[in-house]
Amino acid sequence: MSMRTLPLVFINLGGEMLYILDQRLRAQNTADDNTQKVMNDIIATMFSKAFMEELLKPQDLYSNRALRTVLTRLAHASIMRLNPASMDRLYELMVMAFKYQLLLCPRPRDLLIISYNHIDTIREFVRDTPSVLNQVDETHRKIIEVYTPLSDGEFQLLRQTLLIFLQDMHVRVSLFLKDKVQNPNGRFALSTTGPVPHGTEVPGLIRMFSSNGKEWKRWEFPTGGSYTSSIRVGSFERFGDRVIRIGTNMYSVTQPEETHTSKNFSQKANSEPNPLAKEELNLLARLLGGMKVQNRNTETGFRVNLFATDQEEEEAGASGGNGDQSFQVINIQATQAVQVNTELARIAGEFTGEPEQTESPEGPSNKGEDLLAMMDELIEL
Amino acid sequence: MYHKEKSIQMKSSASALYNNLSVLRIAPRSLTYFTVVHANMVNMVSASWDGLNYSHRQLQSKEANVATSSSLIMQAAWCVLPSRDILVLTSQKGIQMYESDGSIMVYWHALDTPETQTAQAVFARGIAAVREKYICVGISSGSMLVFDVPIKGSNITLSEVLEEHKESITDLASECSGSQECIADMVSADDSGNLCVWKSGEDFQLLNKIPGFQMSCSSVKLWKGTVVAGYGTGQIRLYEAVTGIVHAEVNAHARWIYSLDIAPFSGLLLSAAEDSLVRVWHLTMTPETNSVEIVHMYNECVTDTQICGAKFCDGDGYAFAVTGYDLSEIIRYTQV
Repeated sequence: MSMRTLPLVFINLGGEMLYILDQRLRAQNTADDNTQKVMNDIIATMFSKAFMEELLKPQDLYSNRALRTVLTRLAHASIMRLNPASMDRLYELMVMAFKYQLLLCPRPRDLLIISYNHIDTIREFVRDTPSVLNQVDETHRKIIEVYTPLSDGEFQLLRQTLLIFLQDMHVRVSLFLKDKVQNPNGRFALSTTGPVPHGTEVPGLIRMFSSNGKEWKRWEFPTGGSYTSSIRVGSFERFGDRVIRIGTNMYSVTQPEETHTSKNFSQKANSEPNPLAKEELNLLARLLGGMKVQNRNTETGFRVNLFATDQEEEEAGASGGNGDQSFQVINIQATQAVQVNTELARIAGEFTGEPEQTESPEGPSNKGEDLLAMMDELIEL
Repeated sequence: MYHKEKSIQMKSSASALYNNLSVLRIAPRSLTYFTVVHANMVNMVSASWDGLNYSHRQLQSKEANVATSSSLIMQAAWCVLPSRDILVLTSQKGIQMYESDGSIMVYWHALDTPETQTAQAVFARGIAAVREKYICVGISSGSMLVFDVPIKGSNITLSEVLEEHKESITDLASECSGSQECIADMVSADDSGNLCVWKSGEDFQLLNKIPGFQMSCSSVKLWKGTVVAGYGTGQIRLYEAVTGIVHAEVNAHARWIYSLDIAPFSGLLLSAAEDSLVRVWHLTMTPETNSVEIVHMYNECVTDTQICGAKFCDGDGYAFAVTGYDLSEIIRYTQV
């Protein structure tokens, strides 16, 4: 179907991954320059010119397996080493967030606003690193250039393509369950109240016209919902008030109070992170604890421990079991990597600029192989 | 006005596609067939009227390759012709036609795909049976293919290619009142909301072009010379087909409309959208004043569901069926 899905898929899914990682690092009071290194590494890879150019070529959406493989490689551009089960769980979390954003998107064109919300936050992450910030800005410019001319029908086709891709995924996410945006059966709650999308009239009016075009009768009908007029349009430029809050960082603790439209995403404006999100992310952190960073220039690597103490890490590990069956929340198992997987180390080395021989990637379908090969040869800018 | 009946379970869920439900009523066998598209497959369920027997069949997109997503089906619909019913599947690769129970494929037409990948998606979408012998199918380029269908057998031929639309075809509809007096036989709709009104024949004749307002028309019907069009803005508009005069405008839904249907004997209209609502309306024609009135009759909210298909199960509108994105059931309603 749509040939233009990939750039938006990576910006949105990659963005969700960065939100999770950022929250985890901040919650642990990780040293600022360590946090920065991690975020820079992933963002620099994701927004590299070569990578984006490859994504922007008109092509079908990758298969689930190919997409997950590429996202795994992306994750490994930083210090993260995830075993396959854990990567699965991270992937599900990213994907369910994106599915929710797609479903709630007021107009298909607003998928761009959602993508720009992700880019805005990513830009904040790297605002002190001019070289990476530049890449993000360049990519944003390119996205605006490519997507602005598309019609509403083409955006709906794009959205439909993504919805088909995400069909039948009903993983329950505790943050969504708590906020009641997801039902216990895994399906998302769709509201029949609130403002209508821009360009849509509030339902309820029938108007009759005579053959000379004059309205001769109008009356109302009961709508079964409770809608209000649309709010103003958000900015589709590189900067500006996006208005729609879908796609902003729902793991952020400093999220300001939202408007009615996006109430579901609001975090309480207090200093306590959402406890369930924290639990979720602790599970993720278990596997990240103790990972070494691959540094170039033989700088001393730093250990990123995503817990305040080793004891907390152990406790989180203990509670990271199967948990409440009816919840089936994201369950991330971590294993301390005694030996760093040599191939992963080599790939990580490539991302930090050391030229290496490449092996052909195994597993993914044909689509995405070129991209993977290219990623293996990426030289960090 | 309606109450919910027992749903029909499907083998897989419905995809988010326009007009994603087709219903065929087979009175001599007391059966109703339903088809719903799921990615590169079509779910076909046959339900006996006594509610006791259900049988399932799944049809694959031709040249489907499990590893890739490049053979998605856009639409499946029955074409009712005087001598036979044909099930038509339109996909990214081409057009498949089956005998009505889906058992035998009688025709395959491959779409031209460009040598090098362009940004324009390639697919077929929009299906209508027109008069006694034609099946029309729309293409993403805006062209429409007219197939000539014999009384029986597989000697189906491409009779004509209509090039009028510049944007992707979204839906096609033929005059469904059964009246022979109507001048217009078919209406076609596209992604910019443009509507074309046609008269069928050896060469199809363009009778009228009704301009859109840059908003996709996702579903269209033609009844007693009136075009009923549903748009991405949630509006429904009624036009006189041959002249393009607007009879009525309804702010019907809060989100993109995905499906319209008309029960030709009673003039009931069904509309369904991403806003989770199905609405039933009544159309009355007043030939003396050349006006069409639309009156709202009933609402049904399918909670937490973006509806993608809604069709009446009979010509009077006594019952209707609904499908929604990610739902593996066909929900049914009958009049109380």
